[in-house]
Amino acid sequence: MLCNMKIRQYLLLVLTLFAVLACGGPDDAQLSSSVLNRGINSDPESLDAHKARSLQAADVLRDIGEGLVSFTATGEMTPGAASSWDVSDDGLNYTFHLRPEAKWSNGDTVTAAHFVFGIERLVDPGTAAFYAQFVSEIAEIEAVDDQTLIIRLARPTPYLLSLLTHPATFPMHPGSLAEHGDSFARPGSLLSNGAYVLTEWIPGSVLTLRRNTHYWNNANTAIDEVRHHVITQEMTELARYRAGEIDITDSVPPDSFEQVKRELGDQLYVAPYLNLYYYGYNLTKPPFKDSPELRQALSMAIDRELLVEKVTGRGETPAYSWVPPGINNYEPTVFSYAALSQEERNQIARSLYKEAGYSAENPLQLELRYNTSDTHRRMALAIQSMWRDVLGVEVTLINEEFQVLLANIQGREITQVFRSSWVGDYNDAHTFLSILQSDNAANVPGYRSEKFDSLMQSAAEQADLDRRRLYLEEAEREMLADHPAIPIYFYVSKHLVSPRVEGWGDNVLDYHYSQHLSLKAAE
Amino acid sequence: MVHAAPGGPFDDERALPVDVAANIEAAYHLDEPLPQQLGRYMSGLLRGDLGPSFRYRDYTVAELIASGFPLSLRIGLLAIMLALLVGVSVGTVAALRQGSMLDRVVMAFAMTGISIPVFVVAPVLVLLLAVKLQWLPAGWSGSPGAAKYVLPVITLALPQIAYIARLCRASMIDVLGQDFIRTARAQGLGTRTIIRVHALKPAMLPVLSYMGPAIAAILTGSVVVEEVFGIPGLGQFFVRGALNRDYTLVLGIVIFYAALIIALNLIVDILYGVIDPRVRQR
Repeated sequence: MLCNMKIRQYLLLVLTLFAVLACGGPDDAQLSSSVLNRGINSDPESLDAHKARSLQAADVLRDIGEGLVSFTATGEMTPGAASSWDVSDDGLNYTFHLRPEAKWSNGDTVTAAHFVFGIERLVDPGTAAFYAQFVSEIAEIEAVDDQTLIIRLARPTPYLLSLLTHPATFPMHPGSLAEHGDSFARPGSLLSNGAYVLTEWIPGSVLTLRRNTHYWNNANTAIDEVRHHVITQEMTELARYRAGEIDITDSVPPDSFEQVKRELGDQLYVAPYLNLYYYGYNLTKPPFKDSPELRQALSMAIDRELLVEKVTGRGETPAYSWVPPGINNYEPTVFSYAALSQEERNQIARSLYKEAGYSAENPLQLELRYNTSDTHRRMALAIQSMWRDVLGVEVTLINEEFQVLLANIQGREITQVFRSSWVGDYNDAHTFLSILQSDNAANVPGYRSEKFDSLMQSAAEQADLDRRRLYLEEAEREMLADHPAIPIYFYVSKHLVSPRVEGWGDNVLDYHYSQHLSLKAAE
Repeated sequence: MVHAAPGGPFDDERALPVDVAANIEAAYHLDEPLPQQLGRYMSGLLRGDLGPSFRYRDYTVAELIASGFPLSLRIGLLAIMLALLVGVSVGTVAALRQGSMLDRVVMAFAMTGISIPVFVVAPVLVLLLAVKLQWLPAGWSGSPGAAKYVLPVITLALPQIAYIARLCRASMIDVLGQDFIRTARAQGLGTRTIIRVHALKPAMLPVLSYMGPAIAAILTGSVVVEEVFGIPGLGQFFVRGALNRDYTLVLGIVIFYAALIIALNLIVDILYGVIDPRVRQR
């Protein structure tokens, strides 16, 4: 009897404890209803906007900072820290009117001088900023008064506004830098002028952002806390999404795509994305140097429709141009043979191959390099067999770790054909075409064409948007005819978005500001 | 040696303009000749300075190690404790019922545990316990409390449990067959007392000497476990550091691990002496 009593008392105690713990419940639930959990697939290398370089860093920086100009959820340009701006008729002078109510997270007003300070620090060689050349068209930047900023351009740069949405051009708080030095970009010391403030950063794990109560548009920020979870493995991210721990994924693993589409189709968002997947030729060495026939033959022998259907299979578009569709004020020019059937293309490819001096007895032997990834491997295998079947080329596949491949590409010694890609930094054809200009660091094939360079130059000098566009399109046509690389397909952005998230919008830049999102009240 | 791997820490598909690349390399002294870089690093090391991380540009290597190690240590210790507890008890039980059905089941399980690699066990456990049943969190960040430790610790401990169980069973069988145990039985002592007082200590010796390799295995295993579960520990930094050519981070962690393993081996050797008087007298 006594023993029973004891057990009873013990049970009662446990139950009470449990009830007490459970009572914390409603509070927790309320908190979690305004916490957004997002996945990012790597740590930002820095949250100093000038040291940052990766897309992931930019994603976080867009949540905590704001440029003069910003984007809506669906990718339309919208005033940011500047409420309005005037452009001179020649397109060379921009006057921005800043919002007097724009504030830093410590309550200081965001002034024109902070933007000047930011741009000056960006281009200072001592900063060693990756995007230093980003603003090379800016000749002069001047703070007329606290709320008026003038930017004078060396040449008309129609994409200037698009550049000003980029974190590299965000304002910097000189006081914060003076106080904390180069390690200012940390929780506690990093000031932000955007919708959120960084409150915690555990490298390799999570970045926590909290609502910036000083932000001018704070009243329209719905979510109190945003957590960017660093999840490097796509499969892990998917598992965490399925377990309800993540509301928005950074990607969807290729192998699970069909299953995800079947089971979570209504939560899957796939949209065109300004990102080109291409194979580059090493144009500085034989066999590709001075052999446009061979380059064209290889390009034509690739059945891009089949690749996007069977190899990538996530709604990607085959690429017959260098500039992706969906770019502002631009109609990509496509290869002359885009209208032909694959069989017709193969015919032409065979005769070009012969013209280049190769035959069944004397086949081209080729090394194709790609970095470690299942998709890249399958892509390379498919293209290897297409080249073999159509032309009889003997391709050796070489799989290299990413950093090794990059070093080899840059070295231009041993590479022949290599995998690469390019993501648009701003919504303008210039971001894609400029990388093939002779002096561009990202011109990895080593393409040099005076005609292309001069067309790009002419485009840069045009204030008139339509004429500029014609020059750019002509430049692309010219370049495509030279076949300096093989555009293969344009990526799509792929996210899983929980049904409790509202306000999601697809856009070609794949920018998704947390401040535009809200969460449905927990049921 | 780290520099021998092709590629640099600042290489990327979005290649740097030449002068920008030069600026960055100058800022991290990567433009200096290698011997000079080594000299700079060594002199920093003597002062306990492991340098800045190339990849995490807002952090130093020491800060990253300080943030990652406590986690790795906690998970590693928990895994070892779990492995010892379960491994030794299962091994002992199997030894007592040698040849029985139970023994065979336990050993078959142990064999499977040794054979299946961590990177297979981890996703299966996540799929089963976190995604399907939703009993436990699938990831690390953002999940409060102790629940997030369960899956990583079990995953990390499983192969060690298996190994220790086999070791313990074998040595227990060996010890139980010896004369002093027979004497103890002849004196009328119960099985429990014999095991607890007489058999366990000598039977534990091989297990103890396995602790050194076990700790090394837990360290290497943690690399995979941390990657799969997204735990911001040392193992994860190590892998990413190597992939990103974050020279200073990789070197820093290697030096730290080396110091740690030397220290642990020393401790195991001392413990050996404490448990086995014969080692002390020699």
